Amino acid sequence: MFSYYLKLGWLSIRRNPFLSALMIAAIAVGIGASMTIITVNYVMSGNPIPQKSDQLFYVQLDGWDPNKYDEDDFEAPDQVTYLDAMALMKADKAYRQVASNRSGLVLEPQGEGERPFSVSTRNTWADFFPMFELPFIYGSGWDDSADDNLEKVVVLGKEINERVFGGENSVGRSVRLNGMDFQIVGVMDEYLPVPRFYDVTTGAFDEPADIFIPFNIAVEYEFSRNGNTSCWKKPDGEGYEAFLNSECVWIQFWAELRSDEEKQDYMAFLNAYAEQQKELGRFPRPINNQLSDVMEWMENQEVVEDDARVMLGLSLLFLVVCLLNTVGLLLAKFLGKSADISLRRALGASRSNLFIQHMIESGLIGLGGGIFGLVLTWLGLRGIEMLFGDFIENLVGLDWVMVLTAIGLAIVSALLAGLYPTWRACRIAPASQLKIQ
Amino acid sequence: MLSMQNISMVYRTDLVETHALREFSLEVAEGDFVSVTGPSGSGKTTFLNIAGLLEQFTDGRYELDGRDVSGLSDADSSAVRNEKIGFIFQSFNLIPDLNLFDNVDVPLRYRGFSATERKRRIEKVLDTVGLASRMKHLPSQLSGGQQQRVAIARALAGEPRFLLADEPTGNLDSHMAMSVMELISEINRNGTTIIMVTHDPVLAEMASRNVHILDGRVSNGHEQPQLAEVATG
Repeated sequence: MFSYYLKLGWLSIRRNPFLSALMIAAIAVGIGASMTIITVNYVMSGNPIPQKSDQLFYVQLDGWDPNKYDEDDFEAPDQVTYLDAMALMKADKAYRQVASNRSGLVLEPQGEGERPFSVSTRNTWADFFPMFELPFIYGSGWDDSADDNLEKVVVLGKEINERVFGGENSVGRSVRLNGMDFQIVGVMDEYLPVPRFYDVTTGAFDEPADIFIPFNIAVEYEFSRNGNTSCWKKPDGEGYEAFLNSECVWIQFWAELRSDEEKQDYMAFLNAYAEQQKELGRFPRPINNQLSDVMEWMENQEVVEDDARVMLGLSLLFLVVCLLNTVGLLLAKFLGKSADISLRRALGASRSNLFIQHMIESGLIGLGGGIFGLVLTWLGLRGIEMLFGDFIENLVGLDWVMVLTAIGLAIVSALLAGLYPTWRACRIAPASQLKIQ
Repeated sequence: MLSMQNISMVYRTDLVETHALREFSLEVAEGDFVSVTGPSGSGKTTFLNIAGLLEQFTDGRYELDGRDVSGLSDADSSAVRNEKIGFIFQSFNLIPDLNLFDNVDVPLRYRGFSATERKRRIEKVLDTVGLASRMKHLPSQLSGGQQQRVAIARALAGEPRFLLADEPTGNLDSHMAMSVMELISEINRNGTTIIMVTHDPVLAEMASRNVHILDGRVSNGHEQPQLAEVATG
């Protein structure tokens, strides 16, 4: 019977093409608007590294201001100090660990007539590349000895390699950064984690850095910091050394812990470290160290902002308005079929037969609305991209999940919109339309 | 076959109460061909609707084929309509965007027959009404008489015990009307019980028995003298 009902639904849609088109358009506009926002929210709240997001933990150590301590609501700082970062790196207690921050350097191409340009830089450690599974076209990340020996090595992003070396294998060659030559050890492939989970403090949806260099080199040469720096008390003294020894937080710290046992051990280590620091006069607040896996950290940092949630609510409200219009149109359409319904009732169709028939017709209209809604969604996403530029580029992709969601949402919406008109249609008495007086 | 005892049908609004049938009683035996006549508003169509389970009545008792059909659920009355009753309407009531095959197919779909069985029955009844060669045509491509033949084929496809016809020739010219009536008579001769509402006394005489309705009751004075059954009320 399902195929029969499908056929009847299709015939009915064809019988009133204008009315059907209006309904499909109403659903399509609602779906287009809501799916545009849903897609952005979906991408924002997606898991950027699903294969190991539950093994990567963001580390928070609470050595913050005791005067800003509220027993019921206190949060450890979202970055760590240089002192703590170095201590954790040196302890080497996790399977892998990385401290990193962002800075900006000037790259000086060696070709004639080429002008220097600034590049965004991530200062990090050797474990960064295997830990976050960065893809490489050529070479690889550097090894631990490069960190220890302050080697001037660099990993180039794909775009920089294309810009400076025309996309060739540049491994082994050097590139001049801030007046110093760095040896290229690897060239990354396209890498666009969304959100950019390993550093949400400087914008969860910014693109990854252009180049990657050892953290120790950045410190050694006092490269500028482009990220957030927060201090609850002034450094003891002037100069970079005093800053490094201060309670200012400016470094993101991640640990890779492969099991619950490793996580428990690492938390015990962090707490012991905090106790030790208390004895040294640091960490004045109660111990409040935290380990958050990737998705917990995204939630903690409210990567999906309240504005986006409000927009999502508004877009769904708009979909409801479109559906209310569809209810009216479906009501007109179904009641316009009174003679057909009455005849079918006389010929033996029960109310449940007619209910299924008309719900399937509603579903077909929803399917049409979903398909056209997808086109509008695509246009909406392109519009957002044009409006906000490159910043939003990574958020406006429409994958299969969202395509199927759009179709599913459209069909479910149409079925909901069809409930009342269908119920009314099923109430039409069998005898009411059969005789022309 | 059909037994109505003291059936009443009252339509009520806030202001008005209309008695369409008053203590209406009628017995129809298997194989009968009953014509129902009466002036407009006398209750003919109401009677036919109740007989065909298209409307619930207000009071009384109605047995169809030995089964009490008073107060059946929607699903049950739909099933009884589908299996036991065929309808022929004055205005044919064919579905315009379905071809003849699919129009005749409508009641069979709700019966749950297999595709093979449905096809067999449709071809058979369309052959019976002389339209087997046109089963892919749309109703609009047929004359009025042919459309009524399709409606008759649709009514017969489920092999009902009982055929209810409401002014089946009302929209046809006399030639076509006679042709349709001959077909209906033949169906009756093959054993199907028929109740036909008509205004036309000539067509009414073609039935084996006439029941005249006046003011919602069977009017004895108009009962054809050769009929044994007498409606009371």
